[in-house]
Amino acid sequence: MSSTNRTVVVTGIGATTPLGGDAASTWEGLIAGRSGVSPLEQEWAADQAVRIAAQIAVEPTEVIPRPQARRLDRSAQFALIAAQQAWADAGFTEKAGAEGSDVDPDRLGTVIASGIGGVTTLLDQYDVLKEKGVRRVSPHTVPMLMPNSPSANVGLLVGARAGVHTPVSACASGAEAIGYAIEMIRSGRADIVVAGGTEAAIHPLPIAAFGNMMAMSKNNDDPQGASRPYDVARDGFVLGEGAGVIVLESAEHAARRGARVYAEAVGQGISADSHDIVQPEPEGRGIAHALQNLLDNNDLDPAEIVHVNAHATSTPAGDVAELKALRKVFGDDTDHFAVSATKSMTGHLLGGAGGVESVATVLALYHRVAPPTINVENLDPEAEANADIVRGEARKLPVEGRIAALNDSFGFGGHNVVLAFRTV
Amino acid sequence: MAATQEEIVAGLADIVNEIAGIPVEDVQLDKSFTDDLDVDSLSMVEVVVAAEERFDVKIPDDDVKNLKTVGDATDYILKHQG
Repeated sequence: MSSTNRTVVVTGIGATTPLGGDAASTWEGLIAGRSGVSPLEQEWAADQAVRIAAQIAVEPTEVIPRPQARRLDRSAQFALIAAQQAWADAGFTEKAGAEGSDVDPDRLGTVIASGIGGVTTLLDQYDVLKEKGVRRVSPHTVPMLMPNSPSANVGLLVGARAGVHTPVSACASGAEAIGYAIEMIRSGRADIVVAGGTEAAIHPLPIAAFGNMMAMSKNNDDPQGASRPYDVARDGFVLGEGAGVIVLESAEHAARRGARVYAEAVGQGISADSHDIVQPEPEGRGIAHALQNLLDNNDLDPAEIVHVNAHATSTPAGDVAELKALRKVFGDDTDHFAVSATKSMTGHLLGGAGGVESVATVLALYHRVAPPTINVENLDPEAEANADIVRGEARKLPVEGRIAALNDSFGFGGHNVVLAFRTV
Repeated sequence: MAATQEEIVAGLADIVNEIAGIPVEDVQLDKSFTDDLDVDSLSMVEVVVAAEERFDVKIPDDDVKNLKTVGDATDYILKHQG
């Protein structure tokens, strides 16, 4: 029980994204190079500068019964759907502690994060307050909008009592959640942790705010071509929504119950830029620091790394800084990294990105295929000089031997989180 | 125009169905909101606000705790409706 530095593995995956209502359909979309971006047809979008987004493929209210859905923020609805899938995919049929379950609730945790929390609930209820008065504000407002709500609701779903956590680090939140979960198992606090990220921020205020920061693509005439990481004409990210959740488990616990193992979760590297509240450090120093921490603190051989699911959001500065950092830390080993920017297809799910992209990274190793980066018509020479970008079509990874992959996530505030996975 | 007992029960049944997903036919006078109809304390606030609007009645917070059953709520509304 008190053992430390235990090996951690991934035994379940779940997702609901702009590409599909589950992990399998999301993966099919990624491998096919399909864009999940579409025009915003809502009335409120008409006077926005940005009128495109990667909207969810399957509305959560088609999956969650209405009485339950109406007391959950959209971000918690996504998280619950992805977590339910991941929990079942890991082979669990009941919540921990229930009759028929062998899972000890005291050894089960959740770490689900979002970047912004229940922003649509907050804003919608403020509209209710202004238009209909105090009495009509929903009594569910606070438990719906609090940022820990997705984690807490998933905790109730699976019966988690070892701890329910929510690290918040903007667009690195989902990855930080998974890193935190790995540490919970390594340090002996838990045997199983359900972890990931979720986000639901397609609402006029966040769209207007991100738009005014000049952070988002305004390529409204070509929605499916708007998210174009590494292309010379990239002009910002496309906002996406959804969730990705994985079940992490100590290797011994997984072996004891004969669970199917997708990959090993090797560990994390974390750092902070201390450079600017929103601008990435242009040379990627903070990112390099995170990558170096990953190598220094984990048993990871750079020769085994064959794939990177890059943070690459399609912003002019950020995409290249990340590649420079990879080159700086890994040198010539970078030449055998197949680098994919799946945000070219899913859009940028903010706090959900680390969750969805961890699902993609784990499946890339499991199937030994790297998803493509779409929309790269003219590759930025600075990108080309630093890394091997998987362009246009999916690429096969080495069919034999142990291989490893990285998933990068960075966030406003200067947060850098790198996760490493490898085949078992 | 004041609602009858039957109309109030039917109205409460619609509200409880909307909020807790309980079939309307299960919402009967003797049913407890908490124990039988899956209406927790937060959802009870929603039921009360919806009932106030539907039946033109004010139900102060202090009185809500006395409304244990559908019958309690129905009697209260019959007595206080505008």
